[in-house]
Amino acid sequence: MTAAIVVQVVLGGLLMGLVYALVAAGLSLIFGLMDVVNFAHGELLMLAMYAAFVIHENLGLDPLLQLPLVAVLLFGIGVAIYRGLIARALGVRFNTGMVQIFVTFGLSIFLVGAAQLAFGADFRSISDGLLANRTIAMGEIVLPLAQVAAGLVCLLAFAALVAISRTEFGRALEATREDRDAVALIGIDRDKVFSIGWGIGAATVGIAGVMLASFYYISPTVGSNFALIAYVTVALGGFGSLLGALVAGILVGLVEALTALLVDPSLKQVGIFAIYVLVLMARPRGLFGRL
Amino acid sequence: MPDPVLQIRSVSKSFGSVAANIDVTFDVERGEILGLIGPNGAGKSSLFNSIAGADTPDRGEILLDGRRISGLGAVACTRLGIGRTFQVVRSFDSMTVLENVMVGAFARVRRARQAMARALEVIVFCGLGGRADVPAHSLTPPEKRRLEVARGLATEPRVLLLDEMLTGLTPTEAQAGMELIRAVRARGITIVMVEHVMEVLLPLIDRAVVLHLGRKLAEGSPAEVVRNPDVIRAYLGDRYVS
Amino acid sequence: MRANAITRRRRRELIGGGVLLILLALLPLPIANVYLRGLIVLTLLYAGLSQGWNILGGYCGQISLGHALYFGIGAYASAILFTRYGVPPTLGIFAGGALGALAALLVGWPCFRLSGHYYAIATLVVGMMVLLLVQNWGFVNAAMGITIPFRMQSWEDLEFRVAVLPFHYVMLAYAAIVWLIAWVVEGSRWGFIWRAVKDDVAAAESLAVRVFPSKMAAAAISGGITAVGGGLYAQYIGFIDPDSGLGLSLSVLIALPAVVGGVGTLWGPLLGAAVLIPVQQLSVAWLGGAGNGVDLMIYGALIMALALARPQGLVSLFGIRSQAGGEAVDRA
Repeated sequence: MTAAIVVQVVLGGLLMGLVYALVAAGLSLIFGLMDVVNFAHGELLMLAMYAAFVIHENLGLDPLLQLPLVAVLLFGIGVAIYRGLIARALGVRFNTGMVQIFVTFGLSIFLVGAAQLAFGADFRSISDGLLANRTIAMGEIVLPLAQVAAGLVCLLAFAALVAISRTEFGRALEATREDRDAVALIGIDRDKVFSIGWGIGAATVGIAGVMLASFYYISPTVGSNFALIAYVTVALGGFGSLLGALVAGILVGLVEALTALLVDPSLKQVGIFAIYVLVLMARPRGLFGRL
Repeated sequence: MPDPVLQIRSVSKSFGSVAANIDVTFDVERGEILGLIGPNGAGKSSLFNSIAGADTPDRGEILLDGRRISGLGAVACTRLGIGRTFQVVRSFDSMTVLENVMVGAFARVRRARQAMARALEVIVFCGLGGRADVPAHSLTPPEKRRLEVARGLATEPRVLLLDEMLTGLTPTEAQAGMELIRAVRARGITIVMVEHVMEVLLPLIDRAVVLHLGRKLAEGSPAEVVRNPDVIRAYLGDRYVS
Repeated sequence: MRANAITRRRRRELIGGGVLLILLALLPLPIANVYLRGLIVLTLLYAGLSQGWNILGGYCGQISLGHALYFGIGAYASAILFTRYGVPPTLGIFAGGALGALAALLVGWPCFRLSGHYYAIATLVVGMMVLLLVQNWGFVNAAMGITIPFRMQSWEDLEFRVAVLPFHYVMLAYAAIVWLIAWVVEGSRWGFIWRAVKDDVAAAESLAVRVFPSKMAAAAISGGITAVGGGLYAQYIGFIDPDSGLGLSLSVLIALPAVVGGVGTLWGPLLGAAVLIPVQQLSVAWLGGAGNGVDLMIYGALIMALALARPQGLVSLFGIRSQAGGEAVDRA
C-alpha cells in the first residue's frame, strides 16, 4: 500500500462523497420542508439513471449533455409525486408521520416493479460517451474521468442549491418550513412551495443519477443501496441542513472508501453505519441538525 | 405553629436573558389553599414548573416536607407527592376519562384492576361520574379541567398545583370549581393555585403570595394583599394608590 | 366494581378471540390444496409477527423499520442450536426469543432518544448493518445460509416435512399466543402508559410515568415475539439465509399488516395480514413469474392505496377505535 494508492482512494471517496451529498441534499430539502422522509428517494435516482440510459440509447445524447433534460424530467416527476400522493398523505388526519413513511415505501416498491417490467432485471450500463473509459492521471494517481466529473458536477449542483436557498424562493421555502400555517397569511401558496420543493429535491437526485449512470451499473434495485446511504447521510448531517448534507456526504464517502481499503471491500458500508451510530449517540440530531 | 409542607427558598430561574424568577422565598402551610398571583410575566408559571420538577431552578431550592425536590425532575416530584394541572389542558385525547385518570392511578399501583377502582373513586369525587367512558376530547371545557384535577388527584399528591383552573369559566362553573377545590383540600391536600383574575380567587384562598416581574412582592391574607399599595401599583399603576 | 365500558370491551375481545381461534383451527380441514394451506400458515405467521411489531410500533409509537433483525436472530439461533448442538427447536425458539428480546433492548437503549424519523432510519440502518455483517460471518455460513435437514417427523423437533397441517396448528398457536400477549399488555399498566406517552409526554411525566423504561419493556416484548416467529419460520421452511431472514423487505412486511390493518389495535395486525399476505404471495405466484415486476407494482400500489385511503387502518371499517389518534371513527 503506497501513499499514492491511499491518496487515490481518499480522492475517490471524496468524489463519491460529493455525489452522496447531493442525493442527501435533495432528501434533506424535502424533509426540512414538510417533515416527510421520502423513502422512494433511491428509486428517483434509479429513474434518473434509466432515463439517462434510454435517452442515450435512443437519442445518442451523452449523459453530460443530458443534465438539463433529465433534471427537468425529474423535477416534473417530483412535482407529480407531491401532487398525486404526498399532498394527500399530508392531508390525512391521523398517523400522518407513519402514513407518509409507508406511502413513500409503497411508491418505492411500485417503482422498482415498474422498472423491472419496463427494462427487465438485467444490469445495464452506458459504455460509451464523453466520459467513459477515460482517466485523469496526476503523477501516480489515476482516477476515472467519469467519477471526477460526477464529483464536480454534484458540487456545482450543490452550490446552485445553496444559491437557490438564498433567493426569495429559498426564503419562502424556509418560511414555509418554519410555520406552515402562518405563511398563507403572507401570501405564500403552501402547495406551490411544496410542489417546487419536491421538484427541486427530485431534480438534484436526477443530476446525481445522470452522472452516476456514466460509470455505475443500472438495475431496478440500484436505488435502494444509494437510498440507504442517503438516509444515513442526512441523519448524520442533520435533517434540514444543507451544510450537514455536504459534510456528512463527504465524511460518508471517505469512510466508505477507507473501510474498503483498510478492512474489506464487502464491509465498506459497515464503516459508514458504525460512524453513523457513533455520531448519533453523541448528537441525536446529527452534526448540524436543527429539527 | 407553622407547619410548612412546601418551602420555596431563594428560587431564581432565567431563560436566556429573561429572568423569570428572582430570589423568591415563601412557605406553603400544610392544608392551606395558597394563591399565587401577579400580572402577566410575573413568573408564576415558571415557579410552578420548578416546583413540579418540569424545570430546575438556577439557584435556590424547593423542599417538600423538608426534603429537597428541586432538580429531581417531574417524575420524581410526582412520586414524592407533587400533583399538577396544566394551564392549557393536556388530556390524553385518544383515551377515555377513566383511562386518563387510570394513568394517574398507575403512579401508585401496578395492577389495572386496582388502578381502575381508584380512578373511578376519584372520577366520582370530581363530579365526572357519569362521563367515565367518554373520550377525553369530547368533554366540555369545564369537564376537561375537572379531568385534569382528577388525574392529578389519582397520583395521591400531598400538594396539588392548579394552573389557572378557574380562568374563563362562567360564574356558575367557577362556583362549582371552587367547591371542588375546597373538597380536595378537605381530603387533606394542600393546594397552590395560580390565577389571573382576583375576584375568583380571593374568596377561596387562605393566603396569597404576589409575584411581580420575577420577584415576590407581597405575602399575606387576601384582605391584606388587596390593600397593599405595591400590589395595587403593580396591577393598576400609580393612579390607584390612595 | 361495576362493569364499565373497558371491562365489557375486554370481555368481548376475549370471546371474539376465542371464536376466531376455533374457526381458524377448523379452517384448513376442508382445504386440500397444499399451496393454499401453506398460504394460511404464512398468513398466521405474519399475523403474529406483525402483532409483535405492533406492540412497539403501534402501542408505543416507535416505528421500527428493522424488525427483521430480531426475526433473523431467532431464526439463526434456533437453526444453529438445532443443526450444530442438537437442541430441539421447541427449546431453541425460546432461546432465540430471549436473544431477540436482548437485542431489542440493545438497539432501543441508544435509539429511543431519537425522535420520529430519526428513530425509523436508525432501526433501518442497524438492520442493514447486521445484514452486511452476517453476510460475511463464517460462523453462520455467511451468505449461503443454514439448511435444516429433515430427519424424521416429530413434534418435539417441529419437523413435519410431508404434511403442512401440523405447521398450521403450530403457527396458529403462535398467532394466538401473541394475540393473547397483546390483549394482556393492552389492558395492563404498560398499555396505559404507552398510550399516554404517545398522546402527551409532558402530561405523562407529570403523572410519574417514566418514559424510557416503558419503551424498553415494549422493545423487549416485541423483539422476543418476533424472534420466536423467526425460529418457527426456520423450521417451517427448513432454510435461513441473510436475505430471507434479515432483509429490509422483510422488515417492511412485518410492519405492514399492522399499519394497513390499524396500528395500536388488537385486531389490526390480523386483519392486515389476512389482506396483505395472500395478495402479496398470490401476485408473486401468478404474476411475478420471471421477475417481471408486476407483483411488486401491485404490492406497492396496494400499500399506497391503503395507507392513503384508510390511515387509521382497516379496522375502522368495523367501527373499531384505533388507539393511535383515537377520534378516528367518531369524527370520520
